Amino acid sequence: MAEPVANAAAPAPAPGRLRNAFGGVLCAFTLILIGVLAFSIRLFSVIKYESVIHEFDPYFNFRVTQFLSKNGIYEFWNWFDDRTWYPLGRVIGGTVYPGLTLTAGSIWWFVNALNIPLSVETVCVFTAPIFSAIASWATYLLTKEAKGTGAGLMAAAILAMVPSYISRSVAGSYDNEAVAIFALVFTFYLYVKTLNTGSLFYATLNALSYFYMVCSWGGYTFIINLIPMHVLLCIVTGRYSSRLYIAYAPLVILGTLLAALVPVVGFNAVLTSEHFASFLVFIILHVVAFVYYIKGLLTPRLFKMAMTLVITVGLAVCFAVVAILVALVASSPTKGWSGRSLSLLDPTYASKYIPIIASVSEHQPPTWPSYFMDINVLAFLVPAGIISCFLPLSDASSFMVLYLVTAVYFSGVMVRLMLVLAPAACILSGIALSSAFDVLTRSMKFQLSKLFDDGPAISGNGSPNGSSASTVNTSSSKNEKTEKSEAAPKEKQSKKNRRKDKEVTESVSVKPKKEKRLSVLPLEASIVSTLLLIALGGFYVVHCVWAAAEAYSAPSIVLTSRSREGLHVFDDFREAYAWLSHNTDVDDKVASWWDYGYQTTAMANRTVIVDNNTWNNTHIATVGTAMSSPEKAAWEIFDSLDVKYVLVVFGGLVGYPSDDINKFLWMVRIGGGEFPHIKEPDYLRDGQYRVDAQATPTMLNCLMYKLCYYRFVETDGKGFDRVRGYEIGKKHFKLTHFEEVFTTHHWMVRIYKLKPQKNRIRGKLKKLKSQSSKTSSTLAAGRKKNPWQ
Amino acid sequence: MPKDAGDAKLLFQSLNKAYAATPTNLKIIDLYVVFAMATALVQVAYMGVVGSFPFNSFLSSVLSCIGSAVLAVCLRIQVNKDNKEFKDLPPERAFADFVLCNLVLHLVIMNFLG
Repeated sequence: MAEPVANAAAPAPAPGRLRNAFGGVLCAFTLILIGVLAFSIRLFSVIKYESVIHEFDPYFNFRVTQFLSKNGIYEFWNWFDDRTWYPLGRVIGGTVYPGLTLTAGSIWWFVNALNIPLSVETVCVFTAPIFSAIASWATYLLTKEAKGTGAGLMAAAILAMVPSYISRSVAGSYDNEAVAIFALVFTFYLYVKTLNTGSLFYATLNALSYFYMVCSWGGYTFIINLIPMHVLLCIVTGRYSSRLYIAYAPLVILGTLLAALVPVVGFNAVLTSEHFASFLVFIILHVVAFVYYIKGLLTPRLFKMAMTLVITVGLAVCFAVVAILVALVASSPTKGWSGRSLSLLDPTYASKYIPIIASVSEHQPPTWPSYFMDINVLAFLVPAGIISCFLPLSDASSFMVLYLVTAVYFSGVMVRLMLVLAPAACILSGIALSSAFDVLTRSMKFQLSKLFDDGPAISGNGSPNGSSASTVNTSSSKNEKTEKSEAAPKEKQSKKNRRKDKEVTESVSVKPKKEKRLSVLPLEASIVSTLLLIALGGFYVVHCVWAAAEAYSAPSIVLTSRSREGLHVFDDFREAYAWLSHNTDVDDKVASWWDYGYQTTAMANRTVIVDNNTWNNTHIATVGTAMSSPEKAAWEIFDSLDVKYVLVVFGGLVGYPSDDINKFLWMVRIGGGEFPHIKEPDYLRDGQYRVDAQATPTMLNCLMYKLCYYRFVETDGKGFDRVRGYEIGKKHFKLTHFEEVFTTHHWMVRIYKLKPQKNRIRGKLKKLKSQSSKTSSTLAAGRKKNPWQ
Repeated sequence: MPKDAGDAKLLFQSLNKAYAATPTNLKIIDLYVVFAMATALVQVAYMGVVGSFPFNSFLSSVLSCIGSAVLAVCLRIQVNKDNKEFKDLPPERAFADFVLCNLVLHLVIMNFLG
C-alpha cells in the first residue's frame, strides 16, 4: 500500500510533499528502531552468561579468524592446517567458505584501524547480531519491491524477532548462517529489483551479491536453483518480458564465474548437477527470447509457418542433445549430485548410505511443534499472505510464493533449513498483516468520514443518501455495502474470512480516478479486528522474547541448572580444555569423538584426530572402532595414530544427556560401516541398548564403557547413572592400558593417557631368552614385533 | 517437398526484409554478438583438439565470450526504440550500465584465467 498522498496531492502540492517527507522520515526512524531491536534481542546470552563463542562450529570459525587477523590474507588463503585430522591435515584455504571469516576479519581490521581496540573474539561474537539488523533492512527492501512500504516495514519488524533466525544468530553463534541469511535476502532483493526495473546496473549488483552468498554458505545452491525455477514459471505463465532476460542471463554468466572463483566450489560450479538447472533454463530462456524476437519481425501467418518448420527440425536436435546429457549424468553413481543435496531431495538417502549425515541432530526432519516454536504466529499468517500475493499477481509476488513453497518443502526435510523458511514466512506474513491493516483502516476512515459528514443520525451501517460531501463512488459503494451488510462479519471472525470479503469487494468495485476505493466493513468490526491483530502481534513478540531468552541463548559450552541453592554453573568443558593446554606438550595428540574436535583445537590448542568437518569417513570410523573395541585393540589403534590422550564426555553424574554413552551407538554404526568386525547387534541386548547388568559382554568390555565408568562407583557406592536411570553393569574394574589423568569437577569430561609399552614382559623371560636370537634376527630383518602379544 | 521449400524461401525472404529495416546501431550490436559467439565456438573447437587442461582458462575464455554476447543483447534490448518498457531510459545510461557490467565481467575473467 502506498502512502495516502493521492488524496492530498490534488488540492495542494505543498501538504502532499510535506506528508511525503514526513512519511520518509518516519520510515527511516522505524527502520533504525527495527535494527536496534534485532540487535538487542540477540544479546540475552551475553547478559546471562558472558561474551563467549557458542557450540562447536563457531569455534572453528573463530580459530580461522584468529589466524587471518594474525597472519594476513595470503597466509589464510594458502593455509594447510596440520593440527587437525592427524596425520592427514586439512587444506583450510580450499575447504572453508571464506565469507564469514573475511567479513569479521575486515570489520576487525577496520575497527582497529580507527584505533578502537576491539579484540577478535568480541568482533566474532557480535557479528551475528549486527548482520541480523542489516538482514531485516534487506527484508524491508525486498518486501517493498513486492508490495510497498507498509508491508516492508511489517516484514522487517517480524524478521527482526523470528525465533528460527534468532536460534542461529545469537551473540556468540559465529556461524555461516549469520551472514548468509543477509546475503540470501539481499540477493533476492536485487533480483526482484532488476526484474521490476530492467536495469543492468542492478543485474551487476545482483551477481556481486550472489558472489558474496557463495562465499558465505553452502546453501547458495538454493538461490541458483530457485531463480531458474522462477524464470521458468514466468515463461510458462506467459509473463516473459525483456526485463526477465536482463535479470537472469547476466546473473548466470557472471554468477557461474564468480562461484568458480571461490576455492570451495571451484569447478563444481559447472560440473555438478546442482548447477545444471541454471544452464538448462539459460538455454530455454534464449530459445524463448529468440522466438519472441522472430515473432516481432514476421507477420502472424509467416510466423506460424516458421514455427512448424522449426519444430520438426528442432525437436530432433533437442532429443539428441537431451539423450547425450542424460547418458552423461546417469553414468555417475550419484547422478552428479553431492551427498548433501541428495539427502535433501530424497529424505531417506542419508540413513541408507551416509550414516554421518544421518547422525547429526540438525539433519533430522522437524516435528510439528517445532514449526510453532520457530515461526509461531507466522504459520497461519502465511496462507493469508499467499492469497494477498495473488491480488494482483506480479513477477515479484509470484517469486515470493515460489520461494515460500520450496522453503516449506526443504524445511520439512531437515530442521536446520527452517532457517531458510524464516525470511519467506516473515515476508508473506508482513504482506498479509499490511493488507489486513490496509482494509481495516480504510474502512474505519470511510465510516468515520461518513459519520462526520452525514451527521449523528446515520450509524455506520446505514445506507448513504443525499450526502453532498460523500465520495465519488457512493453509488457503487452502496451496492457493495448492501452486499457487505448481508455478508457482514461478526466481531470474532477469522482473518481468512476477512480476506475473502476483501476479494469480493475488489471484484465488484470500480476503481475511481481521484480517490482510492475505500473498503466498507462496519466500524465496530474494524476497530475490534484491528485491536485483535495488535493483540496477535503482542503474543508473537512475547513468544519471540521468551524463545530468545530461554531456549536459544544457551552457549552449550557452559551449562546451568537451577536448584534449591540457586543457579548452578557447569563449566567443565573449558576446565578440561584449560587443563589440556597447561599440562600437556604442544605436539601431543588428543583423540575424542568428532563433536569436540573444533573446540579442542581452538581452546586447548592441541592436535586432534577427527573434528566436526567430517570429511573423511574412514578416519572417523577408525576412531569409532577404537572406542568400541576392548582395551588392548583400542590401545593399538590409538598408538598407530600417535595418540597420547583420549577424551570422553560423560554425563552420568550430573544428568547431562548429550554425552558419549548416548552417542555410542553412532560410533558403532559408523565404525561398523568401514570395519566389518564391529557389529551393532553385539552391543545390544534383545535389540535394546543398555549399560546395566543386562548389557552384553562386548558392551561392558569396550573402551567407551570403561573410560566413562572407571571409578564411577566411588561417587555414590552404587554407580547409579543419572542419565540412563539405572545402576551400571560392571562396577569394579581396573584399566590396564590407559591411566586416568584428569576428571573435571562434575565428571563431565574425563581425560586418559595411553600407558607406554612395558620395557620387559614378566613371566615370559625364559621363553624369550631362547627366542631372543630369533627375535633379534627378525627385528634386524625390519619386522616390528608387538610386545603386547 | 516443394511446398515446404517454397515456404522456407518465402520465410527467409520476409525475414531478411524485416531485418533490413532495423536501425544501424542495432545491427552493429548484432554483429558484435555474432562475433562473440563465433569466437566462443572457435575456442570450443580448439579445446576439442588440444584438450581441456587447464580447465579454468577454458572456462573463463568461453564464459567471457558468452558473457560479452549476453551483455550486448541486454544493451540492444535497452537501446531498441521499439521496446515500450525502456522508452524512459536514456541510451547513455544503458551504455554506461553495459560498460560497468563488462568491467566487472572482465575483472573476474582476468582473475580466473590463471
